[in-house]
Parts: sequence; C-alpha cells; structure tokens
Amino acid sequence: MPQPVLKGAACLLAHTPGLVRHGSKPSRELPPHSEPLPTDYQAALRGYEAAVAYAPNQVFVGNLAPDALAEVPAPWWRTPLEGARAEGRYGAILPEALFLGWIKVADVFDLVYLTNELVAEIRPAIAAHRLGGADDAARLGEGVPLADVERRVREAHAAPLTVDERLVGCVMPAHDRDATLVPEVLLENLACKASGALTLRHLLGATPAVGADDLTYLLSCSEDAVGDRYNRGGGNLAKAVGEMVGCQNASGADVKAFCSGPLYALIVAGSLVASGVADEIAIVGGGCLAKLGMKFQSHLAKNVPILEDCLGAVAILVGRDDGVSPRLRLDVVGRHRIGAGASQQAILEALVCEPLDRADLRLTDVDKYATELQNAEITLPADRGDVARQNYRLIGALAARRGEIKPAELDEFVRTRGMPGYAPTQGHIPSAVPYLPWAREAMLAGSMRSAMFLGKGSLFLGRMTGLSDGASILIEAQ
Amino acid sequence: MFKGKRVIALGDRDGIQAPAIAECVTSAGAEVAFMNTECFV
Repeated sequence: MPQPVLKGAACLLAHTPGLVRHGSKPSRELPPHSEPLPTDYQAALRGYEAAVAYAPNQVFVGNLAPDALAEVPAPWWRTPLEGARAEGRYGAILPEALFLGWIKVADVFDLVYLTNELVAEIRPAIAAHRLGGADDAARLGEGVPLADVERRVREAHAAPLTVDERLVGCVMPAHDRDATLVPEVLLENLACKASGALTLRHLLGATPAVGADDLTYLLSCSEDAVGDRYNRGGGNLAKAVGEMVGCQNASGADVKAFCSGPLYALIVAGSLVASGVADEIAIVGGGCLAKLGMKFQSHLAKNVPILEDCLGAVAILVGRDDGVSPRLRLDVVGRHRIGAGASQQAILEALVCEPLDRADLRLTDVDKYATELQNAEITLPADRGDVARQNYRLIGALAARRGEIKPAELDEFVRTRGMPGYAPTQGHIPSAVPYLPWAREAMLAGSMRSAMFLGKGSLFLGRMTGLSDGASILIEAQ
Repeated sequence: MFKGKRVIALGDRDGIQAPAIAECVTSAGAEVAFMNTECFV
C-alpha cells in the first residue's frame, strides 16, 4: 500500500475591509448600499499596513513562529510587528485592490465589473505578481466607466465593490429569480474560488517537485455553497479552482463537513493515495466571505478594530512517499462517531484518545497538538472565550486523568504541546491545518517527531441534525 | 431544583452545547421548551 505523505502546505490572507460589509452579520446590521456606512464602522476598519503588521497574520503566512506569538505583548492589534512583510514562506497577505482583480479573473461568466480606473491601477501589479497566471492580466479586460458601475448598483441589484470607500466595481446577479445566484452569493463563491486558487498557486510555486500537471485529484474543503436553484450547494469548487490554476490532468470533488472539512479532506486525500487512485492530490480551502465582520459589533463596543477583515485560505499537497516528507498515519485517524456524544470531553476523547490508544501511543508521545486555532483576540471581545486554549486544557486534563502527566503539569502541557490561536475566524480555515506548514518544516528539520491535527464541526447549524462532528489525524516525521 | 420550570437552553459550540445543558436541567426537573447551539467562529 503506498504511504501518503505531506508534501507541502500554504496559508494565504486577502485583506478585504471593503468586503466586510458583505459578510453575513454586517450585511444584516449595516444600512443598505444606498446609504453611507456609519462613521464608527468605517473608522474601525484597518488599513493594509496594519493588517500586514498584525502578529497573528505574520504567523499565518509563515514569518513568525506560533510559539513566538505568545511573546508578543497583547493586545496584538496595538503591537504592530516591526519589519513585517506581506510575503511569507507559507503564503502572502494580499491587498484588497489586487484581490478584487483576481475575483474578476475568477469570474468566467462576466458577472464582475471593475472600473477602468481600478483595472488600469492593478493590471501592472497583477501581470508582474508571482501568484499571477499567464492570462490573468488579459482576463481583467479594460474595465467599464464608473457611471456604468453606479447604474448597475442603483438599478440592477448589483453588489458594490469598494476600495477605501471608493466604488470600484460590482457583481451582477446571474438570474433574476434564483436565490443561489444573487450577487452576494456569487461574490462569496468567487472570493472562495479566487483565494483558494491563489493559495494553490503559491503552494505549487514553493514545491518545485510537484507541478500543476502532476496533480491528478483535487479536493475542496471550502465553506461555500456553489450551485443553482435546482442544486443548492452542488459544489465541485475543486475543479473550478483547478481550472484557474491550470491543473489540466486533475479531476476532483468537494469534501464538506463544516469546520472539520479540512481534516476529512486530509484523511480522504491520504486514503486516495494509499489506495492507488491518485498519486498527487491538492486540497484547497478558500476563504469564507460570509464570516467577515461576524463579531464587528462586539469589536466596536470594546473599541477594538474590526479584526475579521481578512479572508483566509489554505492549500495542502498530499502524495506518494518521497522518502522525506512527513507521513499521514491513516492508522491513527480519529472519528467522532454518531453515538459518541456531544460534550467537549466526548469529542476530544474520540479525536485524541481513541486513535492514540489504537496505536498504543500516549498523549505525551505527541509533540504538538494542532487544534482549532482561532485567534482569541477576535473571540474574546465577543465573550466567546479562547477556543484553542480551552481545547488544550481539556486535552491536558485527559492526559492528567490517564496518569500521563500530573495535574500540576497541566499548564506546562498546554504551553509546550499547544500554541496560541492565530488564524482568522474563517470557519474551516482555523481548523488545525494552518499549522501544517510549520509542522512539516519542523519534521523535515528533525526538531519534531509528530503532531496531531484535529478539527470540530457544527453540523447542527444546518438544522438537519443536532449532532456535533470532528476528525483528526496524526502526522509523523520519516 | 427546576421542577415546574420551562427552560430555554442556548449553547456554544466551543463551550457547553445545548444538549448538555438540556440534559442537566431535565435531570433537575425542568422541561426544555427550546434548545439551540450556535457557533461563533
């Protein structure tokens, strides 16, 4: 049986303060597009430089180690990192104007209109950008006059696109009576496609041994619902992303399970390699526009900037054993069975204890646990706790109950085997996988033996079941 | 403790989920009128 390995992983951010208004919560709370945005809302949106210098974002793209984040004085939004860079080892932080250009590039149905002015402004940068495709600059077109965009927003129900409060484009409806093809949904899906494709481009650029043509299978674990009125959530964003990246030899499909989607995708990708169905597989998780500004009211109330202003995206390469890359231990996969129960303890016992027990491993045999890595600075102002820390303390408590550590060693367990959350609250994106590139690098360097990746999903949100969900997998150095 | 009381149980995905709250208050004699768990991340 071929051994699946982790050949690479990438994490990308698109700083999109202008798109925050299209997030689910802001779109329900802010005035309609015809009215000006509240001044306190506008004032709380961060500029690009602030987003780049934000320490958690620097961790996400690979410029600052997760453990080093704990040493940065809090609040992190008040402590911009000196020397912060938009380019990172594992990805990049893209400015909004360029990202809107790539939303246009991702649009193959002429639904996105950008102004002549914006197109002229971004075309050289997109043509020269390392993440740009050969046809991207041409696919921008020439743009349209601002008056045309204004008319479409005013009269044709188009969703406005802005940069620094300047109207620079719009997204048109694709059907006049289809709720799945309204501009807001299409914008969500295009943002997801574009961010996923750019992240995969970064990953392929950083992984010379694997080219776009080598990929034979693609899996999207994004939180999107691509489809039409007869097929809501029909999906296969994986192939749409693959087309944009030029993966001509790849087929694929989506693996969806709310926030635990990326973990299931890892398990499925490893299984496809192990079974011989595919040799080289890419997993993509595009950004979730609906979650932008989800807690903006709490941030405004606590005088915190609107920190949910970035789309996050991940891409992962899983392939046949190359003799060096870390192995996916398919024999140490955690499953949250339907009958397992919904308490946090039951979930973590299923995801951590059961698979390790099967492999005769102790919790202390695992060097690092990558659990849900939401940035607590985003959740705490909304009184939603520090999700990563809660998970680590419970895993540590399980280790103590099993007698693997003393109760007094709990804090040390959390400090050494956990990490501070640093990912944007983008649902599936914080679900352990942002740590994949860090873990891979440490395993290749010989400084880490193994890491367990676990994510949880909220199946009950869809009103089809009251169940919780989760999945996990152990990744181990060669 | 909750005998004769009707309870609305609102849970948090990353904290205590509604079914767990419901089980506790039911065992204390309450009737659960509505329960729901939300996710904030």
